[in-house]
Amino acid sequence: MNPVNYLYLAALLFTIGAVGVLIRRNAIVVFMCVELMLNACNLAFVTFSRMHGNLDGQIIAFFTMVVAAAEVVVGLAIIVSVFRSRHSASVDDASLMKL
Amino acid sequence: MSFPLLTVTAAVPAVGAILTAAVPAGRRTAAKWLALLVSLATLVLAGLVFARFEPGGDRYQLTESHAWIKDFGVRYELGVDGIGVALIGLTALLIPFVMLAGWHDADPLETSSKRWRPTQGFFALILMVEAMVILSFEATDVFLFYILFEAMLIPMYFLIGGFGDRAHSGSDENAAAQRSYAAVKFLLYNLVGGLIMLAAVIGLYTVAGNFSLTEIAEARANGTLEMATGTERWLFLGFFFAFAVKAPLWPLHTWLPNAMGEATAPVAVLITAIVDKVGTFAMLRFCLGLFPEASQWATPVIVVLALISIVYGALLAVGQRDIKRLIAYASISHFGFIVLGIFAMTSQGQSGATLYMVNHGISTAALMLVAGFLISRRGSRLIADYGGVQKVAPVLAGTFLIGGLATLSLPGLAPFVSEFLVLVGTFARYPAAGVVATTGIVLAALYVLVLYQRTMTGPVKEEVRSMPDLRPRELAVVAPLIAVLLFLGVFPKPLTDVVNPAVRHTMSDVGKTDPTPEVPVQNVEAAK
Amino acid sequence: MDNLIALLIAAPLLGAAVLLCGGRRLDKTGHWLGTLLAAVSFATAVALFADMLGKGADDRAMHQRLFSWIPVEGFQADIAFQLDQLSMTFVLLITGVGTLIHVYSIGYMEHDERRRRFFGYLNLFVAAMLLLVLADNYLLLYFGWEGVGLASYLLIGFWQHKPSAATAAKKAFLVNRVGDIGLSIAIMLMFTTFGTFAFGPVLASAENATEGKLTAIGLMLLLAACGKSAQVPLQSWLGDAMEGPTPVSALIHAATMVTAGVYLIVRSADIFNAAPDAQLVVTIVGAVTLLFGAIVGCAKDDIKKALAGSTMSQIGYMILAAGLGPVGYVFAIMHLVTHGFFKAGLFLGAGSVMHGMNDEVDMRKYGGLRKYMPVTFITFGLGYLAIIGFPGLSGFFSKDKIIEAAFAKGGTEGWILGAVTLLGAAVTAYYMTRVMLMTFFGEKRWQPDADGRPPHPHESPKSMLVPMILLAVGSVGGGAVFEFSGFTEWLEPVTGFDHGHAPISAAAVTAATVAVMVIGVGLAYLQYGRKPVPVVAPRGSLLTRAARRDLLQDDLNHAVFVTGGTHLTRSLVYVDHTLVDGVVNGTAASVGGLSGRLRKLQNGYVRSYAVSMLGGTAVLIAATLLMRAV
Repeated sequence: MNPVNYLYLAALLFTIGAVGVLIRRNAIVVFMCVELMLNACNLAFVTFSRMHGNLDGQIIAFFTMVVAAAEVVVGLAIIVSVFRSRHSASVDDASLMKL
Repeated sequence: MSFPLLTVTAAVPAVGAILTAAVPAGRRTAAKWLALLVSLATLVLAGLVFARFEPGGDRYQLTESHAWIKDFGVRYELGVDGIGVALIGLTALLIPFVMLAGWHDADPLETSSKRWRPTQGFFALILMVEAMVILSFEATDVFLFYILFEAMLIPMYFLIGGFGDRAHSGSDENAAAQRSYAAVKFLLYNLVGGLIMLAAVIGLYTVAGNFSLTEIAEARANGTLEMATGTERWLFLGFFFAFAVKAPLWPLHTWLPNAMGEATAPVAVLITAIVDKVGTFAMLRFCLGLFPEASQWATPVIVVLALISIVYGALLAVGQRDIKRLIAYASISHFGFIVLGIFAMTSQGQSGATLYMVNHGISTAALMLVAGFLISRRGSRLIADYGGVQKVAPVLAGTFLIGGLATLSLPGLAPFVSEFLVLVGTFARYPAAGVVATTGIVLAALYVLVLYQRTMTGPVKEEVRSMPDLRPRELAVVAPLIAVLLFLGVFPKPLTDVVNPAVRHTMSDVGKTDPTPEVPVQNVEAAK
Repeated sequence: MDNLIALLIAAPLLGAAVLLCGGRRLDKTGHWLGTLLAAVSFATAVALFADMLGKGADDRAMHQRLFSWIPVEGFQADIAFQLDQLSMTFVLLITGVGTLIHVYSIGYMEHDERRRRFFGYLNLFVAAMLLLVLADNYLLLYFGWEGVGLASYLLIGFWQHKPSAATAAKKAFLVNRVGDIGLSIAIMLMFTTFGTFAFGPVLASAENATEGKLTAIGLMLLLAACGKSAQVPLQSWLGDAMEGPTPVSALIHAATMVTAGVYLIVRSADIFNAAPDAQLVVTIVGAVTLLFGAIVGCAKDDIKKALAGSTMSQIGYMILAAGLGPVGYVFAIMHLVTHGFFKAGLFLGAGSVMHGMNDEVDMRKYGGLRKYMPVTFITFGLGYLAIIGFPGLSGFFSKDKIIEAAFAKGGTEGWILGAVTLLGAAVTAYYMTRVMLMTFFGEKRWQPDADGRPPHPHESPKSMLVPMILLAVGSVGGGAVFEFSGFTEWLEPVTGFDHGHAPISAAAVTAATVAVMVIGVGLAYLQYGRKPVPVVAPRGSLLTRAARRDLLQDDLNHAVFVTGGTHLTRSLVYVDHTLVDGVVNGTAASVGGLSGRLRKLQNGYVRSYAVSMLGGTAVLIAATLLMRAV
């Protein structure tokens, strides 16, 4: 199978994730979309690794996973504490830090 | 190493400022006396500078030089020529009177908070301004000068914005808004000027490789430092713009009436009589000293701007309804004369301009401080609110008239000497400009006499009927200033003696000689 | 002796300083001190005069140099004095008449609570006027010139609580400042032409300069003279200046200060001699003013303003004479001195009348006063005879000489100027007779004053009468003394003298002068002596009405300068606020507006930030790819 098809899939996943981030209001969903985008990147990296025949892409994919895990921890903590104080997980409600 | 007199002269008020600011809230009067004593000590030191300065000696004397920022060739370099000596003297002379006149201007209205210390701040800021102004008159390093030129805006900003004139029309909030508008306008105008100057300072460094005024001027004079015509002109314009804002020259003048109108009278004196002089002083020292060719190139335009300032400032003064704004516009007219004298490029014009800086400082101080006393009595700045003051407070009216007569350059008072020198110097080079500038003397008479007539003469108005005459403290402010005006009007020799050599140097900087008379008198002594 | 010159000025200057700074302690004695110091100055002048008479004609000039005033590269102005025959004449006039008027003021100002200050100002005036005539260079002369302007300002506005007085004072100072422009420019021109402005070198080398320069200098000096001496077109202040106390009108606005313009022109004789065009303009100004003042004098009902018109006219004579060149300089000065006597006397007489009439100035409310004020009547009458040129009195000699000199100018100009001066003599006789008849003769037309008190005319106190008598003596004898004691020879070393070529004989001119005088007196008698004078002024002809308003000059000034100037300043204030300041405020406002709009982008919604991030990334990538491709 042509590895380029994996790239098409990664681009599709990334787009879905990006659109989700932009249009969904629920913080959890936005968060999951961010994960989707990260994993789309991972897929692309692994594909590139395969295509170029070296391991750089796979190493970066591991990095991404670590960063994503860390991000999930911090992000979920913020979302939970916002939800506790405001009883809402909508990202539009948290728009107080503007001028 | 010799005694660093110049550093000490500037350091004493700076240290005094810190000490004054540190006086506890309850000891308000002590802070005032401390500040006054420090300013008097500075006056003594300035007198020492004057005495130690030898008119026949080197161009820059009492010099000090230390490395400061080695990587950029910035040095802490001080030295005074005759012009600097005269202006240091002016600054040191006026500050004690400014303080004495503003003795109660910064008393807190109610003693609600124990930590509230406006008085200490007011006097400390005045001393800070004094220190910076004196040091800027001494600096012969362009970068050092630039830093001081900008730094003195900070205390001035707080003096204008923080201590407004208590005589205002309308509500307190309205007055506070106007005051903060004036202070911000002052700051922004001068910052923009300073920013452009900074660009020019950096440009100068890239061309010359150091910041030393004396070295650059020397290198330019003996040809080791070539500067392309275009470069020189741009650098000149950068410097000149900043100084023209500070001076202020038409059309960059509109911050001055706001600032002088909203500030208390002593602070207004500080602005126009002292801080603005840094601008005209710097034109003489930096513009002409560093960029002689560009200065000559720009002269026609600058002369026209100066003429517009003279006539326009005077006409606007005639049209003012507010006493302090009137004096501000009169000052704009006078700054026009100073700039005209500098760029006439004749010995008489430049000596006149230097004397004008000193004399205008003293005469405006006299007029403005008396106006301040008047305003504080009635609580209004509007000319229309006064009338017949002469009848109830003759001494106040008399001193106001003398201040006014000095402003209109009556012979016998100091400003006449300088104004006439400027006119003669200009006329010798540009007859038409001299004639136009001469109309300024009629307009000056108009605004001064109209002001005097409307406030002091005529039937006594009900509101001024119980106005007290000058108090001893106020008389102690005005009387010495008037005495100095009279003395310098009849015997300006001590001042011209120190100024003449400096002017000779400046004239040789720009490579100009005085126009020769058409029919030189062959033998003056024999003819006598 | 030379070192005494400074004392002349120092004495009254000391008086001014002490009286003005001394405070109320000196209220009781101040006037005596002021008078004494003026007298000291006069005594010094007499001593110097005696000394000068003892010397030969050519080395009478004395010099005293005090110190260098403004020592600047290429510019030398000294505080130095020069006392020659011309200055001496003025010094004697100023200190003599000045002292008399100090004495007069002691009585006249007795009830004024600010009398001390009045004497301080008078002393200041005397000092400044002496400085003006003693200066040895034009810049120092300018010092004195402005000094007398200041004293005049202070004294015209002495009764400052009256708005009219304050306005008149301001007007006088301003109009004089316009003239001062002329003097400043003249000094600058001298500096650029000769490199100095001391009398000696400038006048000695005047003929070396080009005629154009000299004409310019001459015209500028004339402008200065017009301001100070109230000549057309700068004459408008003199009438209003009568708001000042009467001794001031007598001393400053009749005898001394207003003649400073004549002094200036005569002093600059060498410049004018080499600039015939300037001289011609001087004579024209003199001729126009002499008629102008005379016409105004005919129409005024205010006794002081009528006399002011007369002063203007008489100074017109002097200026005209000074414009004639060496033919006329001596006579200009001679008329100046005799005029100083009789006009000061007339003003003091007018002051005495006002003193007795509750300060009424309208002559239509006088009448028949000769019985009540005999001394005033006689002294005023002698002054009157002197000014109309009654044969044998002082005005006769001096005016007759000027008319002769005007004819001697030669050519058509000579005839025109001669005719104008003769006409002026007739009008002078007419208006002075009018004043005399309305005041001292005819019916009593007295009216109670504003408070309802009827006037009780009475003779003035001795301190006022003595100066009047002394001035009357001068008015009678002055001319004859000058005529027969060699005044011409006395002044000749300074001003030069030339007989000119009179087209008609001196006797014919004298006869004509006397004839026109008789006509003038006769006309006035027909109009005011034969018929009763109406208390309310009749409407009068167009000319009369115009003359009452100073021939509409004030209205013109008002329309052009006051109204125009007000509009100009108003609109400039508007421009400064909206345009110059508006540009700056506009810049500030647009920066503020822009930042306000930019601020809207920060809406706080995560997704909009995400869009911008995404967009930014896309743009970056696209740009990178594009760069690669290129």
